[in-house]
Amino acid sequence: METALFLSQLLNGLLDGFYYLLIALGLSLIFSLGGIINLAHGAFFAVGAYMAIVLAPHVGFFGAVIVGPILVGALGIVVERLLFKRFYRIDPLYSLLLTFGLAMVLEQTLRLIFGSAPLAFNIPDVLRGQVFMGEFIYSRYRIFTIVVAVVVVAALWWLLNRTAFGRIVRAGIQNPDILATLGISLRPYLSAVAAIGIGLAGLAGVLMAPIHPVHPAMGIEVLVAAFVVVVIGGLGSFWGVVLAAMLVGVVKGFMVAIDLSSWSLASIYLLMFVVLLVRPRGLMGERITRFE
Amino acid sequence: MTFIRNMNRRAVLRTGGAMALGTLAAPTILRAQEGPIVLGHLTPRTGFLGPLGDYAVMGVDLAVEHINAEGGIMGRDLQVLKEDSVNPQTASTKAERMIERDGVAAITGEISSASTLAIGQVAERTGTVFVNTGGNSDTLRGSDCKRHMFHVETQNAMYLNGEGLHFLNADLVEGKKWYLPTADYAFGHDLLNGARAFLDRNGGEIVGDDLVATDATDFSAIMLKIRSAQPDVVALNLAGTQITGFLKQYGEFGLDYPIGGFGFDTQSAWAAGPQNFSGTWPSVWNHLIDTEESQAFAKAFADKYGKPPENQAWSDYTALRIMAKAMTEIGGTDADALIEYLESGATFDLMKSRPGYFNPDSHQLLQDIYAITALPEAEVENEWDIFTTSGPVLGADQPLEVLIEDAVGGTCTFAA
Repeated sequence: METALFLSQLLNGLLDGFYYLLIALGLSLIFSLGGIINLAHGAFFAVGAYMAIVLAPHVGFFGAVIVGPILVGALGIVVERLLFKRFYRIDPLYSLLLTFGLAMVLEQTLRLIFGSAPLAFNIPDVLRGQVFMGEFIYSRYRIFTIVVAVVVVAALWWLLNRTAFGRIVRAGIQNPDILATLGISLRPYLSAVAAIGIGLAGLAGVLMAPIHPVHPAMGIEVLVAAFVVVVIGGLGSFWGVVLAAMLVGVVKGFMVAIDLSSWSLASIYLLMFVVLLVRPRGLMGERITRFE
Repeated sequence: MTFIRNMNRRAVLRTGGAMALGTLAAPTILRAQEGPIVLGHLTPRTGFLGPLGDYAVMGVDLAVEHINAEGGIMGRDLQVLKEDSVNPQTASTKAERMIERDGVAAITGEISSASTLAIGQVAERTGTVFVNTGGNSDTLRGSDCKRHMFHVETQNAMYLNGEGLHFLNADLVEGKKWYLPTADYAFGHDLLNGARAFLDRNGGEIVGDDLVATDATDFSAIMLKIRSAQPDVVALNLAGTQITGFLKQYGEFGLDYPIGGFGFDTQSAWAAGPQNFSGTWPSVWNHLIDTEESQAFAKAFADKYGKPPENQAWSDYTALRIMAKAMTEIGGTDADALIEYLESGATFDLMKSRPGYFNPDSHQLLQDIYAITALPEAEVENEWDIFTTSGPVLGADQPLEVLIEDAVGGTCTFAA
């Protein structure tokens, strides 16, 4: 194969990784802080995509990119206050059942409101077209989504590592009881983290609506891949998830590049298998006492 | 009077009681015979074929409404039990339950070729007729055929031959390079084999045939490969929402090689939208077909559901129409009599320019097929009429059997 094509496939894989990253970061945050394995995360991604369709005629596509995730995040706060909060202190198995049910309720609600047929949604005119960089051609829209993703991920890193909010969240991940003895209530932080995590899934949904088929069950594929990313990256590690998302994207693209496209999806599970064998805690997973 | 005299009081009471019961029971028995004819309907309502399944159910509901409004089947109401077939295992279990517990007279439906086969096996074992409305695989009409299984849905070979004619007429086959993204399951493999045979016969060359998992949604890596391969034609062996996703991203990456495919549902065009839908595709039926019956059906459907029917709705509607006619003609629901009738060459109105009939050797409904071509975005007036339809791809003087030539699914032999 030509080197140019091979390199462009690797680069495309890296870029593809950002798509998983937005979903996986939220998933990882919510689990790390509250111990909730959020199986409804994919459904929130779908809600985000439908938000784009509903909001774009009123506030334009770029308005939807801002308003959509905020609304999905607000929905996240409602879900956290009504449901998640009852499950923080008990076996994660129960939250697994809860969020599995929640995913079905959300999916069926979308089906009832919008029907199950996929809905059409287009790339906004200003972002149509391609960018040529030597041999490499890329979609202008995807470059836009990557810029948005990079900005959001950087902002999240800053929030978690450079602010008082982030310090408390990180402390809460390690040891919520000590925080409690210091007189800090985790409750508002749990809500905020749910809003951020679920809002990120909503953002991914809005961004994917123009290039993926929008239908109620669209969250399933991405949810499974996001879980793989979290497991490979390791719990509690921001950079672990980032690294794993890129790795998953590259491995998938690589399989297509070497004409083994039928192994493209399977390869990420193999990757997870190998990582779990070698490093059960994930590539950069931290030791979290209460999960040991 | 000897009879009465020889009977004692108890015997008289017993006989009288029995006669009285018999008189009371008689209307019940009569009512049972006049009760509804119950058919089973199975189709996926969830997963990547779920959206098509919804259209199937809409078609069924409309057919039941129409058939009953016209006096039912032999004066009896038609009732249809509808369930989500989910996957082959569940489809098989549910088919069995419908037959054994609910006593359905026949089963119709399905979209996935794998589930079609599973239901076909149950139908064969229990001696119940099953009319497949959505499974395309040639093998179902070939080595996996069943005496009790009939196919209203066109088989892959018919789509291939129909779409192939379009490409041949456009001079896009001989000496041309083809790229064939293919769904990685029975349906896609089947189409790929058919496409290979078609290109071999007509001197086309395959420059790529990537297999794509059914739940894959990102095709960017394949787009880069297609651009690098510079094919003359991109033909999709994909299904369901895959086609929609592929078309959206094909437009996104600015690829403009002639595109088409060997399997298609109008829903994929609608979901891609006028900006993204392009190329020429085979169509078993679409709402723009210019016959009085098709237009009447499209109108009745739109009046009820507020949107035009998808071809899957047509297929499930038509299957029930065919069953209603067959049961009326044989005056009952006996499976052997039904099979004999359906194999007899009896013709059915399919809302097309000529009627169709079942091929007795494979139980495939032979019928005209069409090609639809995307309208340029500027000419699109509403979200539904985003393509134009050809007339039947076969000339009126060409036999329908032409469409099943070179099917790749093996030979069909019905077990006696």
